[in-house]
Amino acid sequence: MKHSILAGMIAAAALVGWPRAQQPPPQPPPTTQQPSEIGATIGGEAGGPPRLAVPDFIALSTDAETVAIAKILGQVLWDDLNFEHEFAFIPRDVYASIPKATSFADVPFDRWRELNADGLVVGTVQKVDAGIRVEVRLLNVRTRQSAFGKEYTGSAAANPRRYAHMVSDDLHLSQRALHGVAQTRLTFVSDRDGERMKNTVQKRDVKEIYIADYDGERQTRVTVNGTLNVFPRWSPDGRSIAYTSYGKGTPQILISNIFQATREEVTRGNDENWLAAWSPDGTKLCIASPREGRGYTNLYVINRDGSGLRKLTNHPSINTSPTWSPSGTQIAFSSDRTGNPQVYVIGADGVGQAQRITTSESYADKATWSPAPYNEIAYTARTGPGNDIKVIDMATREVRQLTFGEGSNESPAFAPNGRHIAFTSTRAGKKQIFTIARTGKDLKQLTRSGNNEQPDWSAK
Amino acid sequence: MMLRRTAVILTAASLAAAVACHKKAPPVARPAPPPPTSTASTTPARPPAPPEPVREPVVPAEPVRDDAIASASLDDLNRNSPLKPVFYELDSSDVSPAGQKVLDENATLLKRYPAWAITIEGHCDERGTAEYNLALGERRAVAARAYLVAQGISADRLRIVSYGKEFPFDPGHDESAFAKNRRAHFVITAK
Repeated sequence: MKHSILAGMIAAAALVGWPRAQQPPPQPPPTTQQPSEIGATIGGEAGGPPRLAVPDFIALSTDAETVAIAKILGQVLWDDLNFEHEFAFIPRDVYASIPKATSFADVPFDRWRELNADGLVVGTVQKVDAGIRVEVRLLNVRTRQSAFGKEYTGSAAANPRRYAHMVSDDLHLSQRALHGVAQTRLTFVSDRDGERMKNTVQKRDVKEIYIADYDGERQTRVTVNGTLNVFPRWSPDGRSIAYTSYGKGTPQILISNIFQATREEVTRGNDENWLAAWSPDGTKLCIASPREGRGYTNLYVINRDGSGLRKLTNHPSINTSPTWSPSGTQIAFSSDRTGNPQVYVIGADGVGQAQRITTSESYADKATWSPAPYNEIAYTARTGPGNDIKVIDMATREVRQLTFGEGSNESPAFAPNGRHIAFTSTRAGKKQIFTIARTGKDLKQLTRSGNNEQPDWSAK
Repeated sequence: MMLRRTAVILTAASLAAAVACHKKAPPVARPAPPPPTSTASTTPARPPAPPEPVREPVVPAEPVRDDAIASASLDDLNRNSPLKPVFYELDSSDVSPAGQKVLDENATLLKRYPAWAITIEGHCDERGTAEYNLALGERRAVAARAYLVAQGISADRLRIVSYGKEFPFDPGHDESAFAKNRRAHFVITAK
């Protein structure tokens, strides 16, 4: 059974030539394909991860575009699958000598068996009237049966990488019961355009909100207001970004609906408002505001339409940097009520005493609550002249450190499956966005142009 | 009072007369002007030509500087602002004795120019986190405003905004840069 994702792919096409648009056009509504066969999982030997090979996809059409797409798909899929470390991979140079299949019918299983491959991802790309058709199968090298098979059709010119991202997420779900993040995106702040603030005699860099794929590809500007825009946060449905903008002089919370090309004002007026954090159901935002004066900052919860503001914390100190628990029942935040900031947790209804979480730090801020199945809070800790990323297990209160003084590291944000963290680091010179596994391995730099900071990772 | 005003009018009148007289005086072709000491004796019938500076009012030095401030554009004023910044210690919003002295001088200027409205910007160095620094910068700006209000400046003239560590004044990464970046910065927004 096939479904066309043509419309979505055409929409994605516009993104390529859209560097300055206020709003990027919609991404395709995903997953329109269906399993072509009953799923089965491939296991590894002796309980280890399955050993996979991902040879280049087979171009069933001989035109240059299809051949190029086939090559891209194989590479991107390999990177996507490798990101989660759910599979072991046979290095590509090992199987360079194995004859390339020309279709699903002539896969040289014997040769792959010699390399101890458990599974083989075979993909074909064919030019069709609507664009391209990609078919992917995961073949069990021992039984020669297909453990997974799907077809994807649509336009390809815009973003062939998206096919590989969809395949990766489908493979992870069917084979490892894992919600992959290959189709998720990051949002962050960048000064890469080199624009200067107007209406000031100081040299001040404009900072705009950007988005990119989870792997750092396709970096695209979202805001164009030529001022200071900071702390972007994805809505839970991945269709909007709330951020703090100084466009009217006083920092306010705005929402950019990136598919509708519309913008909403959550807060307005003369009071400053910062650091919006979405409730897990997307109906509310927790924000920080010093509106009561006297240098105190407290947390407030406000409906996404700007109504129903209520005070969450009420303490004569700084209370800021909110993050919701995945269940939506608690909010972690930072307070300097005892001196420098520390991470606390309070009920989302504001009732009861805030409970202090960090006890071994001189300075801890920007808590980010992991999604299930983990129950962790990552935060920025002052560790010396700079900062590092640490994670505290909420059950055991054990702390582990992910970065160790390579530059200054801050603003952690969890991937939606909790297995990676995006953060800002100065280790490469300017501020750049990196991702790192929750184990502290697999550091990857995603940005290189200008300063890039304050990442947030979309849930979808 | 009346006498003084009369005297001022008379002085002005005589100045005007002198200027008018000077303007009417025809150029005198004289190969060698006599030395000033002998002027009166050689031309006794003519009133002495008024000295050049008389044509413009002589103003005391102090008001000249004030006029420069009063006449400057907002951008020029802010580019070399008479309102000096207040600097803070790491993680602190306490106004130091040196900061109090700066604020005293700023308060004096704000009293002299009652039409000025200003924004107090709170800034932080890069060692704190971007998130917490917004609130810390706010507290620094609030501390500066509270001090000015205590000196009699109306809070209505003193808007506040925190930029956290988003706009460092010195892009360096050492203590001398950090020290410049932890500040309450004053921007004149109306005059």
